[in-house]
Amino acid sequence: MTTVSAAPIVLQLTQITKRFGSFAANEDVSLTLRRGEILALLGENGAGKTTLMNILFGHYVADEGNVEIAERTSGTLNALPAGQPNAALDAGIGMVHQHFTLAENLTALDNILLGTEKLSAMTSSRTAARQRLDDLMRRSGLTVDLDARISTLSVGEKQRVEILKALYRDARVLVLDEPTAVLTPQESDTLFETLKTLAAEGLAIIFISHKLDEVIAASHRIMVLRLGKKVADQPTEGSTKLQLAELMVGKSVPQSTRSEQAAGPLLLTLKQASAGEGRTALHAVDLELFSGEILGIAGVSGNGQATLARALSGLEPLTAGQLQLDGKDLSGSNARKMIDAGFARIPEDRHKDGIVGPMSVAENLTIETIRAPENQRFGFLKFGAIAERARQAIKAYDIRCQGDKAPARLLSGGNIQKIVLARTLDAAPKVVLAAQPSRGLDVGATADVHRRLLDARARGAGVILISEDLDELMRLSDRIAVIHRGHLSAAEKTETLDRSTLGLKMAGHGFHGDTGEAA
Amino acid sequence: MDFLEIFLSANFWAAALRIATPLVFGVIGALICERAGVLNLGIEGIFTAGAMAGWMAVWLGAGLWGGVLVAAGAGAFFGLIHAILTVPLGLSQHVSGIGVTLFATSLSYFTYRTALPDVSSPPRIEPFKPLDIPGLSDLPFIGPALFQQTALTFLALFVVAATAFVLYRTPLGLAIRAVGDNPSAVESQGLSVYGLRIGAVVVGSALMALGGAFLTMSAFDAFFFGMVNGRGWICIALTVFASWRPGKALLGALLFGAFDAFQVRLQTDVGSFIPGQVFLMMPYVLSIAALILVARKADYPRALLTPYFRGQR
Amino acid sequence: MIRFEPREPASLQRLILIPVAAAIVALVLAAIPITAAGVNTFTAYGLMAKGAFGSMFAFTEMLTRAAPLILTGLAAAIAFRAKLWNIGAEGQLYAGALAAVAVGTGWIDAPAVVLLPLVILAGAAAGGLVMLGPTLLKTRLGVDEVVTTLLLNFVILLFVQMMLEGPMQDPMGMGWPQSEPMLDAATLPKLMSRMRIHGGLIIAFAAAIAIHILLKRTVWGFEIRAVGENASAAAHAGLPVKATFIRVGLLSGAMAGLAGVGEVAGLKGYLTADLSPGFGYSGIVVAMLAGLSPLGVVIAALFIASIFVGADSMSRATSVSNYLADLIVAMSLICVLISGLFLRFRIKFVKPRTNISQETQ
Repeated sequence: MTTVSAAPIVLQLTQITKRFGSFAANEDVSLTLRRGEILALLGENGAGKTTLMNILFGHYVADEGNVEIAERTSGTLNALPAGQPNAALDAGIGMVHQHFTLAENLTALDNILLGTEKLSAMTSSRTAARQRLDDLMRRSGLTVDLDARISTLSVGEKQRVEILKALYRDARVLVLDEPTAVLTPQESDTLFETLKTLAAEGLAIIFISHKLDEVIAASHRIMVLRLGKKVADQPTEGSTKLQLAELMVGKSVPQSTRSEQAAGPLLLTLKQASAGEGRTALHAVDLELFSGEILGIAGVSGNGQATLARALSGLEPLTAGQLQLDGKDLSGSNARKMIDAGFARIPEDRHKDGIVGPMSVAENLTIETIRAPENQRFGFLKFGAIAERARQAIKAYDIRCQGDKAPARLLSGGNIQKIVLARTLDAAPKVVLAAQPSRGLDVGATADVHRRLLDARARGAGVILISEDLDELMRLSDRIAVIHRGHLSAAEKTETLDRSTLGLKMAGHGFHGDTGEAA
Repeated sequence: MDFLEIFLSANFWAAALRIATPLVFGVIGALICERAGVLNLGIEGIFTAGAMAGWMAVWLGAGLWGGVLVAAGAGAFFGLIHAILTVPLGLSQHVSGIGVTLFATSLSYFTYRTALPDVSSPPRIEPFKPLDIPGLSDLPFIGPALFQQTALTFLALFVVAATAFVLYRTPLGLAIRAVGDNPSAVESQGLSVYGLRIGAVVVGSALMALGGAFLTMSAFDAFFFGMVNGRGWICIALTVFASWRPGKALLGALLFGAFDAFQVRLQTDVGSFIPGQVFLMMPYVLSIAALILVARKADYPRALLTPYFRGQR
Repeated sequence: MIRFEPREPASLQRLILIPVAAAIVALVLAAIPITAAGVNTFTAYGLMAKGAFGSMFAFTEMLTRAAPLILTGLAAAIAFRAKLWNIGAEGQLYAGALAAVAVGTGWIDAPAVVLLPLVILAGAAAGGLVMLGPTLLKTRLGVDEVVTTLLLNFVILLFVQMMLEGPMQDPMGMGWPQSEPMLDAATLPKLMSRMRIHGGLIIAFAAAIAIHILLKRTVWGFEIRAVGENASAAAHAGLPVKATFIRVGLLSGAMAGLAGVGEVAGLKGYLTADLSPGFGYSGIVVAMLAGLSPLGVVIAALFIASIFVGADSMSRATSVSNYLADLIVAMSLICVLISGLFLRFRIKFVKPRTNISQETQ
């Protein structure tokens, strides 16, 4: 790609340091961004990318360092007041967060207009706004139905609304936080095309990512953060995946990949199972899981994965169809019965669904088996035994915490996931359902999760892996099925699949004669 | 008396509208708070404070509209307390609301007792008079039903229209609806979540207090202990029933007023067989029934009860 | 600008210090209304202290008042632990009292060893059953329990009035709406002669200890804590969330019902519709002051009871209305809510910075 080193500077961050307690999320990070430039901010989870952008956007105040932005007309650099999202917004910085900041009960137009008119105004000038937006949409290729309620839009459409929000405010710097995490590969390509168009018109863009392919494909320049420090700032031209990976991780962590293993007998089946309602409902799903295999479920988020997981774990009743585990019909059972039948679940949102934050590590390790005879007698808890087993688990799973009595909420995401793994996998379950098990974890913790899942597979358990990360799916799964709008495709052997076929399926190709409109 | 005859009498609808008026103020007030994401269980106490403060202002010679202003101010004051506790401090909206109710109620009672230590019967004021607009009040049916009402009832109807306009037609209303659904949507667009929420709670509470003021300045002419008698809680139930829409709020309050007016008339008919308490229970039982009716499809503002801290998504 | 930073689990010292500080702040704030009523603050507080602790009689009166407050405090504490917002203790108290009167005024004739437990059981069961309704509506239909329990308070009080003017009216009561007196065998024993202090206090202490053990040491308690802190995670872990709510609802209602039993079977001897001066609502304050700890409830109830008894006594001697007590109670709730922040967070007051600080460079 062409360089833009001659273009004027629009944004400059100088020696930013941000500490949370004794932990330095950013240390001495500087960054320069020019007009029309696409900068990729690369780093693994916890490297400090999001913190840096939150400082830029005024959500956090840096302990040291400053942010300067070019004056709109003269182009001279002025300091941006710290800790004021308003100032950043007015200066022309737009941000598309990983979790969208949209009001679901309002229309796309409402969300774009929100905050752009005086609150004391007695009217809202929608016609003019609509015209400007139509024009913007035509130029950028970002089309959405402006009158649609946000709650009825797909993830990709919501992202477009977010970008339009920034463009409508005349953003000169656009920051996107992991923009492709929720998109199909094809949608991601379209997004990057759009970004290139916008950059050519003079917009400066920072996109945050940990995916090496897209960083190389879509950026002019790459900045790598590791443990809060800047370790590289180089043109994309000449950068290689291998070099970037080393910069990002520091040392290379051996990645687990499945070894050949013959699948065993049938463990779990869903027959014509339906559940839930609305956008995320499940429609007549067939699924078979065998002992000793990992079955991957690919799909863009919001296509019914959560309902599938809830239905399988007994948290949501099937409205039709059957669920069998080990030959037993468990269609109408609840979470307790599923656990007792040998079903283990690693929930998608580990903070919300995985742990009870204020309760201790020991209590969180025991929560699923609290009624088992080893933990209670006549309804009274056996504290000694519970603490003893907790200490063993803490050791075996290398859970970093201040002892078994520490509240679980004080632990890091990776260690919280270890608590969940320890308590679910220790019972040697027959079936493991892992929903987005590595999301938000760093490379080390991710490798640990993968190893545990492969161990379960080697032991003969059947593992269902729901993920949006195609690399993870293809490395671990024996077979992969795709979920789209609540329908599940037949699982196919991973060897017969590649990223683009999976991507097309995720966009809906091949589902019930559907010709594949975007989800 | 024939049932049909009851429903066709202007007096019946006049009574229904009278009973509905304080509820309209209360439901609209609660609706504004909840649309912004804050449940205000201070309502019962704010009703009491509005009733006491408004009445006392008039009694001290402030005039009726002066009394209305004082009542609104009292409501705004207690609303501000609730807003500070629940918005920037992020405390439990349930417990804080109960706290405000206890505080507003006890402060009103204490003030009344301190100002009037030894009165055997409560002193009276000259309350609002029914508006009689020549020409209009001669209209058949509507005339007598509407123009037996006082200015406060008309104010309540105006508040409904104004709230609907602001919520659905202005940038401010857009921001209020957004902040009750997803505060980060509001913050990411450079608006102040705290400002909007605090403002909504203060204004909503001022309206609630007018509901109380109606009791002492229009429905009755004196302040009694326990006179609010659960009306605030009924408003909270009606807000859910009205699915947080001003028009439906008016409709719900009227429906409720009609039921209540109806049972009063029924009481004169069958009161000899059925104890009076059964009729007195009706408003509360009805409110519970209304809640049950809409429970399944109630579309709560998504951010209701959830405090927002900056930089946290 | 204020910033909250989560802090490590609070020390026991801090846990105790904070509600105490809140209570003191509330008392200091109450100086404003006392002064407004034209009375010297120190005189007023002196009289209040004397009224609550000044004599054996005063002290036992305070304990007598504490008994129902402990029980309604426990009702709120256990429910709030599970995030079941039972604001209906007032109604459940009356339901318990009504059941106690129904059983204890002659319907069953039995010796005290049989009748007294029956009366207690009936009261607890009635309170629990009243709370069962809102709990089931919550778990089955998703109806908000705050509003239903609040509204039920009014329904039950009217029902009690109806019974007292109808089928349960004392024929010897000269037309007053009150129940027949409790049989001697259905009456809780007095703890001291010539004082009003009665066995209800023992029930309250026992209940506090039982709930403490339940929460700390049993599977049910574990489930209550887990459901209250994170119902979603509890459901994922296979805990019986709905059953836990129902258990908590029954238990919470039963506590409030027991408070009603104590008042009719221990103190008054018969039921009237003004049995409770808002014990149900004060119980919420007690529970919050106690940080929802069952043993803390006992201490908090003693504090609130001394405010009430002290204020009653003081208002007889001065021009300060005894609504002062309700005012102090309400202010302590607000103060303890605010001070609770100091438990969970380190609170930093930071100057909003418009310019870049370079002080550490």
